[in-house]
Amino acid sequence: MTLDPGGLGLELAMAVAAGLVGCFAVLRRMTLAADAMSHVALPGIGLALLFRLQPLLGALATLLLGTLLIWGIERRTRLPIDTVVGVVFSAALAVGSLLTSGEELIDALFGGAGKVSGLQSALGAAAALAVIAFVLASRDRLVVSLISPDIARTSGIRVAALDLAFLVAFSLTVALGLRFLGVLLMGSLIIIPAATAKRLAGSLRSMFAISVAIAVASATAGTFLGAALHRPPGPIAILVASAFFLVSLPRRRRA
Amino acid sequence: MEPALEVARLRVRFGETLVLDGLSFAVERGTTLGIIGPNGAGKTALFRALIGALPHDGTLRWAEGTRIGYVPQKLDVERDLPITAAELLAAKCRVAGADPGEAVHAFGHVGLAPAAASMPIGSLSGGQFQRLLVAFALIGRPNVLLFDEPMAGVDEAGQESLGETIHDIQRMHGLTLLLISHDISVVYRYADNVLCLGHGVPCFGPPREMLTGERLAELYGGPLHYHVHDP
Repeated sequence: MTLDPGGLGLELAMAVAAGLVGCFAVLRRMTLAADAMSHVALPGIGLALLFRLQPLLGALATLLLGTLLIWGIERRTRLPIDTVVGVVFSAALAVGSLLTSGEELIDALFGGAGKVSGLQSALGAAAALAVIAFVLASRDRLVVSLISPDIARTSGIRVAALDLAFLVAFSLTVALGLRFLGVLLMGSLIIIPAATAKRLAGSLRSMFAISVAIAVASATAGTFLGAALHRPPGPIAILVASAFFLVSLPRRRRA
Repeated sequence: MEPALEVARLRVRFGETLVLDGLSFAVERGTTLGIIGPNGAGKTALFRALIGALPHDGTLRWAEGTRIGYVPQKLDVERDLPITAAELLAAKCRVAGADPGEAVHAFGHVGLAPAAASMPIGSLSGGQFQRLLVAFALIGRPNVLLFDEPMAGVDEAGQESLGETIHDIQRMHGLTLLLISHDISVVYRYADNVLCLGHGVPCFGPPREMLTGERLAELYGGPLHYHVHDP
């Protein structure tokens, strides 16, 4: 297998976005929700394959639809986001696996190392940059609303709009990683580096840096080791990320 | 002069339960309103309605140009949250469009040691964290402060000094302060007016009239022991 520079660039941009989005997903206590949320891409992929459309478009459509749905349910019922996502989107995985079959299902679940077109790379990179720009530009508002939504309101932050924007950024990041990691593993590339960084960092700045570094290192290791061992890159990337997490366990951080 | 806040016939519900019904009062600028009452009387619901976080009926009018600094009831912050005190205040400065110097000023104002700035907020003591929230509320030059049990979780000596700090800030800047407190002696000492929420009709008036043994017994549904420090 030969390495594809366009695909590699896209993976790295996706990993940076995953590292950053993951920090706020972990800080907002969305760890389980984030994982389950990525499953909602599966019915989209199934439907797209059924109608001979680009699978990623189907995934993106159901991800965004799912995002609006959990945002709406959370606002109306005030249930914790873990509950809403857990219930609604485990069902999505079931529907998706009925719609998708055979090898396509394995690729959709765990990702593969297929070649990407120039257009796909460009669109993917633009989306990754948009996610990165959003997290960096909104980090102050995200921090304040994380501490208390009521304080955020009195500070002039539109909390509901910010929540929705964050969920959209999250979904976009999941969609970006689907080709590489699949619906089962993409949530983990968002969560594991950030969870590791949370253990090690003593400030938000260092949490960002550690999380991005681990996400990029894991994705890169997945690509190169996968190519060398003739294995799909996704599972290797997640194993590497998990190794970082295990190493972080005995360490108690900071001053 | 127009009052800082006018509330008339305010009604707030949680589902089927009416938490506040027909509440009317006004707060003059630069004064302190103490809000007391037993648990579940709707004190926090009142604050949340005042900041627009809860739907309500009736009139609720803030004076034009009102900027609110809010300290909510004891926040549940994870102990291992990797956000430093300085990062939190800097975030507020940028969100509020305030000069970064305001963070340093607010930090000193509430009596936090400079070393606490680089500490993750989860590792601050209860008292330090409440002081940080007060500092946070002061950034962006608010003219109204809404403090919901700001002394909760602070040890007794700390409560005394935090109470003094809040009172000094309020007087120095001529701020309007709405203060929810379980501590009747704090309300007695600092409030210009008291709003009692609880059993029966809400009452409103100066502390000497509101904080009598009889009224408090009626409000809390039994005799209440408290110690009044004369001003």
